[in-house]
Amino acid sequence: MTTLLCDHADEAVAGIEDGSTVLVGGFGMAGMPVDLIDALIRQGAEDLTVVSNNAGNGDTGLAALLAKGRVRKVICSFPRQADSWVFDDLYRAGRIELEVVPQGNLAERMRAAGAGIGAFFCPTGVGTLLTEGKETREIDGRTYVLEYPIKGDVALIGAHRADRMGNLVYRKTARNFGPVMATAATTVIAQVREIVETGDLDPETVVTPGIYVDRVVKEADRA
Amino acid sequence: MNTTSRTVNDRGAADGGGGPLSKQAMAAVVARDIPRGSVVNLGIGQPTLVADHLPADSGVVLHTENGMLHMGPAAKEGEVDPDLTNAGKVPVTELPGAAYFHHADSFAMMRGGHLDICVMGAFQVSAGGDLANWHTGAPDAIPAVGGAMDLAIGAKKVFVMMTLFTKTGAPKLVPECTYPLTGLRCVDRVYTDRAVFDVTPRGLRVTQTFGTTLDELAGRLDLPLLAPEA
Repeated sequence: MTTLLCDHADEAVAGIEDGSTVLVGGFGMAGMPVDLIDALIRQGAEDLTVVSNNAGNGDTGLAALLAKGRVRKVICSFPRQADSWVFDDLYRAGRIELEVVPQGNLAERMRAAGAGIGAFFCPTGVGTLLTEGKETREIDGRTYVLEYPIKGDVALIGAHRADRMGNLVYRKTARNFGPVMATAATTVIAQVREIVETGDLDPETVVTPGIYVDRVVKEADRA
Repeated sequence: MNTTSRTVNDRGAADGGGGPLSKQAMAAVVARDIPRGSVVNLGIGQPTLVADHLPADSGVVLHTENGMLHMGPAAKEGEVDPDLTNAGKVPVTELPGAAYFHHADSFAMMRGGHLDICVMGAFQVSAGGDLANWHTGAPDAIPAVGGAMDLAIGAKKVFVMMTLFTKTGAPKLVPECTYPLTGLRCVDRVYTDRAVFDVTPRGLRVTQTFGTTLDELAGRLDLPLLAPEA
């Protein structure tokens, strides 16, 4: 499988279908693939399910996608923030669905999807609203909840550097969900700051091997 | 070091004397109880103040759930790097020995029992150690949990740091939580502005008081309280 190097973010997001489940990387703005989200807004896909840690900040990026009415459902751990007014208004108006998932379960459910795990027993949230109605099992005297994978049709992630094979390295805490989401979607699209020649990344430092990555685009220069 | 933390570090002055503790003074009390070399996660908000009160040679390793160990203090002007933030999205710094990892590893570290202590805020804690800190349950509230449920069941010790009463005077340490739960029987110790409580199999034990007495606390809380161990 080869990784496609795209000249523009519009090319990178081409073909994302209505009704897709889109995994969106980033924690706050760190690792947020802003160019790809903006391109997805221009591309026009709607009725999307977005899986991301947050539900958008301010009026740009994910918040702008929500504001355009393209998102049917958000699966996230922390939608409410000081600057999440776009999501808050949509939610209160009953115009968007919300599934709140504990942050570790969000990551592990995507990890499971990428690793071919059918489901897993997890102790998080036992006895709380977020696991109500879910199957439980006692293992060695502790109660666990059965959690299912979250798989994406598409993942949009931000990384620091790619080579022409799609191998990715990240930088500091901007790594966050990127490596996990890269394994968990059918089509994985990465926005990077720099694309280097194949062989220029130290193989020991590659975090996401290129086989997971379908398309790469260099992010636009910021003023 | 400021005056408040000096007062609190001196147990004689803090116990039974003065009034309720300030947030900084509470943070100093928590910091004093963190063993040297512990791996610690400090929750968003008040618990982050604890870092300011750890001695320089404490050897405490701070974990931030967005994917880092050996997190350093908040970034000063000129040090801000948008790729380096804490769980509250505040720009921070890295210390020698720092390591970065992805989110699934970060929470596996938590669930797998590799964190010694987490410190979180709370709306309510029950006498049995149930924690409620993610959702008020109000009809117009937007629920947001973040990593609270994972931390509650993952860290070896869960410390809560909160005021003992709400602004309207209602106790936050209660027989049973009325807010939606974050975790069942997960809290080990509760640090408040009026007293420190250990959650024990026999009930809540008061280990320290600040400007109040056991009798006074027992009168305001609808709970049986055990006296400090001699």
